[in-house]
Amino acid sequence: MRVYVNGEAKELSAPTSLSELIAQLDLPAARIAVELNRNVVRRHDWNATMLNDDDALEIVHFVGGGST
Amino acid sequence: MSTAIQATSRETLIIAGREYSSRLIIGTGKYRSYDQMRSAHEASGAEMVTVAVRRVPLDRSSESFLDHLDPALQILPNTAGCYSAEDAVRTARLAREALQTDLVKLEVIGDQTTLFPDNEQTLEAARILVKEGFVVLPYFNDDLIMAKKLLDAGCAAIMPLAAPIGSGMGVQNPANLRIIREQLPDATIIVDAGVGTASDAAVAMELGADAVLMNTAIAEAEDPAKMATAMKLAIQAGRLAYVAGRMPKRLYASASSPLQGVVK
Repeated sequence: MRVYVNGEAKELSAPTSLSELIAQLDLPAARIAVELNRNVVRRHDWNATMLNDDDALEIVHFVGGGST
Repeated sequence: MSTAIQATSRETLIIAGREYSSRLIIGTGKYRSYDQMRSAHEASGAEMVTVAVRRVPLDRSSESFLDHLDPALQILPNTAGCYSAEDAVRTARLAREALQTDLVKLEVIGDQTTLFPDNEQTLEAARILVKEGFVVLPYFNDDLIMAKKLLDAGCAAIMPLAAPIGSGMGVQNPANLRIIREQLPDATIIVDAGVGTASDAAVAMELGADAVLMNTAIAEAEDPAKMATAMKLAIQAGRLAYVAGRMPKRLYASASSPLQGVVK
């Protein structure tokens, strides 16, 4: 199964939940937000959200910035 | 402390029900180091800082930028870098999910060279976000009609630009800011973008802005902490001058001393 994370293809060998993917990617769960196929997935739904082939995820964090 | 300064220190800026004693909001970009950013933030006295939302790097190089900010600061996520209403709305939703705040500085850019806002897309995004319960602070061109439309859409404050983002040119169209202030006396007006030095910030405040948001003017100063202090003082001075009510401008001289009793 292949999913796209921030535009990058990732191969997953077994059924994977969103929480598992975030753990595999070693991302700091407390300070990020996730969009799955253009819809935000609330943090408390990460465990129950199973990924499907061709899913597109955007995972964001915060960086320094003022305007654009 | 003089009576006048005491009087203004009681004045507060209110955004979404929270009171701020500082009328300076600052950015978190372009600093040469985190230490430099922190000392500038401290010197500025700002109680609100804005941060940008970006894709997290997947090479495990991600570090939590937010940990470098004083936890007492109110974080204002922005939609910097968005070129459509749709992307700005998605970015705002992601920011709310991560930060648990309804505040958002809405920015929809229309052009890469000027970074001028796309007012049409900004208004469209503002309407959607207000409906979803966001406290929307939109960056827009300094235009009264657009200001009215944004307020009618339910924006909590309006953020007209002083000059292009990062240009440091100062208030380019003081008449527009003055007109917006005079025509919308109850609006919360935050001048955003284009301030270069302390006098620019003072001018914005003298024209009646309720607050100023800036980033580059502080971050790109040779000594950001000193410039942050200068900005803090300029904003206080400009506010005081606005509240004090300036004298009218005259074309000709008007003597300050009595005309009677001059030695002859």
